[in-house]
Amino acid sequence: MPNDIHLRIKRQATSTAESYWEEFKLPYRPRQNIISCLMEIRRNPVNAAGKRTTAVVWECNCLEEVCGACTMVINGRPRQACSALVDKLSQPLTLEPLRKFPVYRDLMIDRQVMFDNLRRVRAWIDIDGSYPVGPGPRVFEKTRLWAYELSRCMTCGCCMHACPQVNSRSSFIGPAAVAQVRLMNVHPTGSLQADERLAALIRAGGASECGNAQNCQKACPKNIPLVTSIADINRQLTVRGLLGWLRS
Amino acid sequence: MSKPNIIVVGGGSAGLMATIKAVEKGATVKVFSLVPPKRSHSACAQGGINGAINTIGEGDSPENHFQETIYGGDFLANQTLVRDFCYAAADIIYMYDRMGVTFNRTPEGLIDLRGAGGTKFHRVAFAGGTTGQQLLYALDEQVRKLEEQRLVEVFYPWDLMASVIDEGGVCRGVVLQNMITMEIKAFAADAVIIATGGLGYIFGKSTNGIANTGSAVGGLYQQGLQYANGEFIQIHPTAIPGDDKNRLMSETCRGEGGRIWVYKDGKPWYFLEEWYPAYGNLVPRDIATRAIFKVCVEMGLGIDGENKVYLDLSHLDPDYLQRRLGGILDMYQIFVGDDPKKVPMQIFPTVHFTMGGLWVDFQQMTSVPGIFAAGECDYQYHGANRLGGNGIPACTFAGDLAGRSAVEYCKSLSKGSDAVSTALFEREKKRCEDWDANIRRMNGTENPYKLHQEMGEWMNNNVTVIRYNDRLKATDEKLCELIERYGNIGIEDNAAWTNQVVPFTRHLWNMLQLSRAITLGALQRNESRGAHYKPDYPERDDVNWLKTTIACYTAAGPQLSYQEVDTSLIKPRPRRYDVDKAVVTHA
Repeated sequence: MPNDIHLRIKRQATSTAESYWEEFKLPYRPRQNIISCLMEIRRNPVNAAGKRTTAVVWECNCLEEVCGACTMVINGRPRQACSALVDKLSQPLTLEPLRKFPVYRDLMIDRQVMFDNLRRVRAWIDIDGSYPVGPGPRVFEKTRLWAYELSRCMTCGCCMHACPQVNSRSSFIGPAAVAQVRLMNVHPTGSLQADERLAALIRAGGASECGNAQNCQKACPKNIPLVTSIADINRQLTVRGLLGWLRS
Repeated sequence: MSKPNIIVVGGGSAGLMATIKAVEKGATVKVFSLVPPKRSHSACAQGGINGAINTIGEGDSPENHFQETIYGGDFLANQTLVRDFCYAAADIIYMYDRMGVTFNRTPEGLIDLRGAGGTKFHRVAFAGGTTGQQLLYALDEQVRKLEEQRLVEVFYPWDLMASVIDEGGVCRGVVLQNMITMEIKAFAADAVIIATGGLGYIFGKSTNGIANTGSAVGGLYQQGLQYANGEFIQIHPTAIPGDDKNRLMSETCRGEGGRIWVYKDGKPWYFLEEWYPAYGNLVPRDIATRAIFKVCVEMGLGIDGENKVYLDLSHLDPDYLQRRLGGILDMYQIFVGDDPKKVPMQIFPTVHFTMGGLWVDFQQMTSVPGIFAAGECDYQYHGANRLGGNGIPACTFAGDLAGRSAVEYCKSLSKGSDAVSTALFEREKKRCEDWDANIRRMNGTENPYKLHQEMGEWMNNNVTVIRYNDRLKATDEKLCELIERYGNIGIEDNAAWTNQVVPFTRHLWNMLQLSRAITLGALQRNESRGAHYKPDYPERDDVNWLKTTIACYTAAGPQLSYQEVDTSLIKPRPRRYDVDKAVVTHA
């Protein structure tokens, strides 16, 4: 059992500042996660060299791997800090902000692009209004089961981090938004706007930009079938293309 | 006046529902949230959403739901709005259904139901073990559509610092701080809807998210808003103790057939089933929590002598469990390492829900005209104890009502916020800027996070499951000491950009003020009712205490007064779960 916990944290004071590494040594306690380490640092912001420093800035909320906020790169792998248990990781623990997103400060990043993407692909069900008009359409459990898996996407950004096609030279919207189009399109009401979503997806740098590296699915903390979803959307696009050609 | 201009503070289920409704009724809305709405704490609701949709032929009805909610809340909730809520709950489920929530289905494709505490009906609609996530996302998607239609703007991360109240005592807007740029800005609004959730973080470790500090509400309380029933804090019986937080294990584990037990005389002892034969493992949360406390603390029968009991699902079919509770069973396995489908889970009670909150009228308006409150930050729907599955539907109902009421209120105004002098906003903004600057100048020796930890430990040890007056008094003295020591905080991070220490220090101040209201409310109330339990006063006392606690802030501490409870529909009667008494059928 180690006597202490050794952390190396990539820090950055502002969006434009140079990044640097700072190391911390914390007394070991069993059953800690990365969050409790960062909490310990802010109660006593002293680095491994014994110098007083500032508390590390990071984002978190639920600490149950449901909200997606505390996503960062831990020992080289994108994941949620809450479910990263110290006892299961090799030391030193290396913490970095997710790549592919602008850094605000330290480990806190700007993932606005992911929410903007959901807007661009119209990832919602078009209901008439929130007033009472009785139940929605029936859905069969077999379909619901896989749709539910897609509905667990926390917009955390692990798939964006892992995808080689998400970069400044490509317009690829990323796996998360594509999977949400598939989720909306399978819903009986949502299917009525399926074409609009697919058209928006093409404009936004859609599924055809995927390079099939399949890193996304491995990186997804919820095991969402992202590869299958991208393939399915490509199929929907093909069918739509053929129908469009037949109709014209 | 042009279109009503409404500000919603908070992007969880109550805030987003209020937004949708206000837009449908003709308003334009700005939403300000501390976290992106998708990351709000509503996502952590696991078990599901109550509503008597009766899809599995049990003959459930909204009236049953209403009666059990009032009974479960130990008759402290005002009954008229609770009735409205329970009668609307089925439509709320159907609204979410139409928004595309992936509810589990019956073989015929209808919404499936399961059980929860305080009822024998299956009334909980659910999406696996992560229902709150799917419900929150549905609202988030609808609000994104309204953003696309330019009817809503969503801003985050922004933190509420103050409301702007004019000479006539009417709210005309808010002052907020941008948590990235640290800019402090005043925004005018014809009405403001507060939907900032609960305050579990006051207790240090709870099932709540880190954003649930109660700071926004604490700030408004100091601006003169009344805070009601603060002493009613729900302790959830089944959570996984952790170093950073305690993680919830849904009540619907028991709703699906989970059993609570410990070893006694070498054999499993199902103490809830023995003590409460009528409801067994499905007693409400306050009852289950006290029973677990008794078994562990008084009888010393916790697992390995520690404060833990078994929550056992291992006798149920693993495929069935994965379909219906998968998300949280995976979570247990990640954090503890054991598979709950094979071995019993080890759990203990922890702080979970804030029944008290900002006082609101039957239109969700607070004691300050123009400020509405909805969701866990209001006090209206759960009385002395919330029933499992009532959290999200009550947030949704309250949000809907607040959205509608706020638009009506705006239409009744003789002048809109655009006609208010800018000096009013400048004055409040200046006060907030000074507040921020004063915190930045603090150069003492105390660390704000350590003070928070100390506050949390005291609150957790003395103001939760079992309350004694001497310990409550000592806790209030401790809180006063912490307020003294607050003045000696040293701010070690003075960055002008994305600074988390300075806002947290402000939150800590607001938390300390609310802690006093909670503690003194508990000290005064010499009875036991719902989640509030005093061994020295073990019985409910309707003659003296069937009343709502109202705390008003003064510099010298909270001033408490009491208000009559609306019991116009169901006559209070003793609350028991060893026998069937939750629903009374009228002749």
